[in-house]
Amino acid sequence: MLLQVAAAAASQTHPLSGTLAEWVWLLPVLPLAGFVINGLLSLNSAHFGPRDPNTPAHHPHSEGAAEAPLISHAEAAGAVGDDHHAVKRHRWATVTSIVGPGVLILAFALAVGIWQAMVGAHPEAPFIQRYFSWMPVGDLQIDAALQLDQLSMVMVLVITGVGALIHVFSVGYMRDDPGYPRYFAYLNLFVFFMLVLVLGANYPVLFVGWEGVGLCSYLLIGFWFNDKANADAGKKAFIVNRIGDFGFLVAMFLLFANIGVLDFVGVNAQAVQLGAGSALVTAICLFMFLGCTGKSAQIPLYIWLPDAMAGPTPVSALIHAATMVTAGVYLIARSAVLFSLSPVASLTVAVIGALTAIFAATIGLKQWDIKKVLAYSTISQLGYMFVGVGVGAYTAGMFHLVTHAFFKALLFLGSGSVIHAMHAAYHSTHSHEDAQDMRNMGGLKRYLPVTFVLMWIATLAISGIPPLSGFFSKDEILGSVFQRAQGSTLATASWLGIPGGTLLYIIYGIGLAAAFMTAVYMTRMMLYTFHGPTRTGVEEEKHLHEAPWIMTGPLVVLGILTVIGGWLNLPEVITDLVPLGPREVLGNFLDPVVGDATARITAGAGHVPATTEEALIGAAVLIAVVGIVFALLRLKPSTLPTKREAVAETGFEGVVANKYYVDEGLDRAVVTPTYSLSRNVLWRIVDNGFIDGFFVNGSAALARGFGWMGSRLQTGNVGTYAWVLVVGVLAVLGAFTLR
Amino acid sequence: MLAESLALTGALFVIGVMGVLIHRNAIIIFMCVELMLTAVNLTFVAFSRYYGMAGQVFVVFVMTVSAAEAAVGLAIIIAIFRHRQTINLKDINLLKG
Repeated sequence: MLLQVAAAAASQTHPLSGTLAEWVWLLPVLPLAGFVINGLLSLNSAHFGPRDPNTPAHHPHSEGAAEAPLISHAEAAGAVGDDHHAVKRHRWATVTSIVGPGVLILAFALAVGIWQAMVGAHPEAPFIQRYFSWMPVGDLQIDAALQLDQLSMVMVLVITGVGALIHVFSVGYMRDDPGYPRYFAYLNLFVFFMLVLVLGANYPVLFVGWEGVGLCSYLLIGFWFNDKANADAGKKAFIVNRIGDFGFLVAMFLLFANIGVLDFVGVNAQAVQLGAGSALVTAICLFMFLGCTGKSAQIPLYIWLPDAMAGPTPVSALIHAATMVTAGVYLIARSAVLFSLSPVASLTVAVIGALTAIFAATIGLKQWDIKKVLAYSTISQLGYMFVGVGVGAYTAGMFHLVTHAFFKALLFLGSGSVIHAMHAAYHSTHSHEDAQDMRNMGGLKRYLPVTFVLMWIATLAISGIPPLSGFFSKDEILGSVFQRAQGSTLATASWLGIPGGTLLYIIYGIGLAAAFMTAVYMTRMMLYTFHGPTRTGVEEEKHLHEAPWIMTGPLVVLGILTVIGGWLNLPEVITDLVPLGPREVLGNFLDPVVGDATARITAGAGHVPATTEEALIGAAVLIAVVGIVFALLRLKPSTLPTKREAVAETGFEGVVANKYYVDEGLDRAVVTPTYSLSRNVLWRIVDNGFIDGFFVNGSAALARGFGWMGSRLQTGNVGTYAWVLVVGVLAVLGAFTLR
Repeated sequence: MLAESLALTGALFVIGVMGVLIHRNAIIIFMCVELMLTAVNLTFVAFSRYYGMAGQVFVVFVMTVSAAEAAVGLAIIIAIFRHRQTINLKDINLLKG
């Protein structure tokens, strides 16, 4: 109690108290309100039935011209009055279009205000708001509390900012879906949980958000649940994530069992008690990292993310690229103090990140589904982020998280724009071709000029071409790996018998190789989608069109962010060469949160000479350029067969195209044995034989047996009763007399 | 004197019990029960000579109750006879489990 009063007193004097930061609770509450409103609107249609699809509901110019080109084309083609083209817009679509993105824009405005207050106040300690005691159980004191510091601020800005753009995009993309309010309800709920995740002041509150975003991910992957494949993909994501969550839970239990606190301030203060490099802190970090591999799709739990592309494309952009999957990176940056105490765990994070980066990149080389390419690209880039936070470059990891949110959201929304056009084209001719397969695209730059330009910008950014944002963030990660390979606590540690320094050089090499492949597969995707001849079909070509402004608008904003995102954290070596602006803005901003942990890891690491650093940057850029040129020279979109005509690839290419048969292998190694064990042993023997046969039917038989024995006493013959009575009386009397 | 009285009543009581156990006819069993009650009454009377009048008061109670019991019991027996044309207890075993 005293402690709480003291803490309350301390928060009174916090530089952020009395500012807009006091309203931090409103950040999650706004999307929650959106969820409630949209959810009720969605229920409303369930009760009263959807609007009759035959009533002419298409006023093409009433609220933005989402389908205007499609409809006018359709009318031109003489399809007027065809039911197939009637727009089945939800009755409350207009309200949802305002509420859904509106709450996000408000939240973003509030976040910017809080950020301004934070920039002005320069708080060294986190700003903690306690609302009520959530779990006061014995020694376990868990408050429902929000924590605002520089790290959560960065995440909040990304979530609400990119989230608002994607919500706006969704207004155009999902407009004609019968489940329109349900979609926005889920999306708003997701943002609510994501904000709880990044604003929670202790691990349990973070875990609530962590599970909540998993739930929303499940709901949105299976948004079109009428198709069983989509529902299965949602289940797969949910179940795979549970494995990771088990690790996270164990990490929390270990933390509580050993230091008795679960709030970030307490853990950071007492983590040293666990002992630097001790087995205990390593175990805690590794279990926590298991949770991260699930949520952030790293080896071995990455398998759910490619399947998650079954959801609507804006969902893939928001949840499965920009925000939710980065939660693992955030968790490690948030637990930087713990990870910096365990070089072994940190190296594990970096190794897994590097392996995932190269592994997913190779699979991305051979995918034909445009969203699958981006999905594997996301896994690969998440691997980069884990390399960053693994080597203790928490700022670099967060930097790449932010820039990746920009350019990957742009890529996904751009692919959404492409799919939107492809879908409309195939829809107009009633074709059942695959609207997401790149072999059915080609030459789209003529029809989607805005998307084309913006996606090339994002492609160059993710490949690491200066001065786009991806170049700076990727380079900072690689540079950090290189710098820590000499003299840091990681370099002097040993990982499975390999000296840490050697391992870091290997990781650096893998990072470069993955960067090369990133350039190749992204260029390949652009070539096959936008260049060469159009393979969509002669009739369909007439219906290809650029997306309406409500979809291209967010793309343009993301394009601008993709270009200028690098200015967030210009490295010293660049600003020394070219005076672009203030250097390491993000690094200085995050220093109060992760500075100590970074310093602990880099202790002893020397400064890399500027010439070496320039050479490294040159090499990285060269590799990216070589990758792009290689793809441009090697791949010929003009001779690519369509999906219908394509033959299956053989040999190693076939293995890669089939994702190394990981899903099939897991199916044989885990799923099928589990099924047969459940069916043949657990069901037939344990459940039917033991539980049902022995316990349930056995206890019934036992009761029946006793009942039968009792019923034999009831002869119905009064004479027998009299005999028993007399014998009983004699026995009692005899007992009393002889006693 | 008391010893002889108790021997007599004991003998009467055992005769009654044996009658109840052995016979199948409800009327005879009924009469045997009355015999047991009579034996008990005699015991009360015998004891009242030595321990005060309370025993004789009990005799009055027992006779009242046995009269009531006889009325009810005979009524039941008649009802059963009308229903089943027998008062042999061997045939009356509806409560057999």
